[in-house]
Amino acid sequence: MMRLPKFDYRTPRTIAEAVKIIGDVGPDAQFVAGGTDLYPNMKRRQQTPGTVISVMRLSELNKIDGDGKSGLTIGASVLLSDICDHTIIKRDYPVIASAARTISTPLLRNMGTIGGNLLLDTRCNYYDQNYEWRKAINFCLKKDGDVCWVAPGSSKCWAVQSSDLVPVMVAIGAKFRLISTLGERMIDAAGFYNDDGIDYLKKRPDELLADIHLPPTDGWRASYQKLRRRGAFDFPVLGVAAWIRCGTGSGSDRVADAKIVLGAIAPSPLDVSEAARELIGQPFDAEHIHAAAEACYVKARPLDNTDFVMNWRKQMAREYTLRALQELL
Amino acid sequence: MKQKAHISLTLNGEAAEVAFAPHKTLLEVLREDLGLTGTKHGCELGECGTCTVLVDGRAILSCLMLGLDADGREVETIEGMATGGQLHPLQVTFADTGAAQCGYCTPGFLLAARELIEKSPNPTRDEIKEALSGNLCRCTGYIKIYEAVELAAARVRGEEMELPRESVYGYE
Repeated sequence: MMRLPKFDYRTPRTIAEAVKIIGDVGPDAQFVAGGTDLYPNMKRRQQTPGTVISVMRLSELNKIDGDGKSGLTIGASVLLSDICDHTIIKRDYPVIASAARTISTPLLRNMGTIGGNLLLDTRCNYYDQNYEWRKAINFCLKKDGDVCWVAPGSSKCWAVQSSDLVPVMVAIGAKFRLISTLGERMIDAAGFYNDDGIDYLKKRPDELLADIHLPPTDGWRASYQKLRRRGAFDFPVLGVAAWIRCGTGSGSDRVADAKIVLGAIAPSPLDVSEAARELIGQPFDAEHIHAAAEACYVKARPLDNTDFVMNWRKQMAREYTLRALQELL
Repeated sequence: MKQKAHISLTLNGEAAEVAFAPHKTLLEVLREDLGLTGTKHGCELGECGTCTVLVDGRAILSCLMLGLDADGREVETIEGMATGGQLHPLQVTFADTGAAQCGYCTPGFLLAARELIEKSPNPTRDEIKEALSGNLCRCTGYIKIYEAVELAAARVRGEEMELPRESVYGYE
């Protein structure tokens, strides 16, 4: 039986109290929201914080404000179930509701939060195993070892960004508000993720993700396509978020701006600017969609550390980009 | 670090108090400290759904929730599903349609299905599939489970529903 290791559990009621606790305790402390990522990792001894600070009782983090006209602010502790069912999100940001609906299962979405999903630990076949399994291979670079079993010559960890919402947030240009005892700052989703499976976030450990700011829906559309083995329930092994803005007036038949972001293919979300270049300034038609999909195929370089054969996943980058863009036609 | 934590909760409609080691999950507290072993241990990592219980009416995985977080909340386990000696309609239809073989996953399925039919009294087959997508069954298969949920939902609505003949008699 896998039990949690012992830890000190704190349940602050205000943001100020929460960031003070983590500031005081230091690197041995960690925030938890729904626990659906952290607790399995703690049971497998991948993460072993001595102090766990719940953010679920911070009422400020549990709100949704605004709409598509003004932009929407979503508190980091809002449950994924509530994101899927929220009237304004479904109406103004359908891509967020539908991408959230592909995350895990209703049971887990009743526990997991949007903030937790955006901070999801990177995943790898050599890391997401129990302690004994990892010990048998002398551990890996990401935790307790010194070799990356995916790329043994590498000094970098290749564990994969595996959230469905991350590529969508990067594609639509969301911003995140972080709070610590030193103050608060806003950071673009696009600049929030490092291409390193260990140090995968620009967030300092003492910073609390407070809320997510979605831009106004002024003339853009977005879609998300997810590849996974089981349709019912699986992490993505490829996610494609597509975002386009069409021109106005005489240029309304042309794409004014575009962004294609691949998820679950590298340690960070991959913004394929080459694909956007194939679309921008061009009519939004089958020819240019195919060119953008080809650019994603070229740019996608999956490694053999999640599910499916890696070359097939690379080919699927083309197919899933096509599907994501065709959804926007 | 405290040796024992103490919480008060509403458990299957009754006020309850329990003391336990503070790092225990709700699943461990239910089984080991409250003696309610109807909630089953499965993967313990949030993948199989066999430890499903309702907390404030929502189906969640008790293996990934701390017992401490159940303080002040309403928890419902399989032991509370029958009321006044009467089985819940879902329990009746699971038995009638053979929606359980070994039965290990059944408590989890019943509670997940219960949240569904309370929220959506007339669920489509697709809604049932989605609602139960986090519960794994390794022996019955899912068709009989879906039929049992459809039949129970119909009975709760006060309707009767005829199951396909092969579901009741097998292929003749």
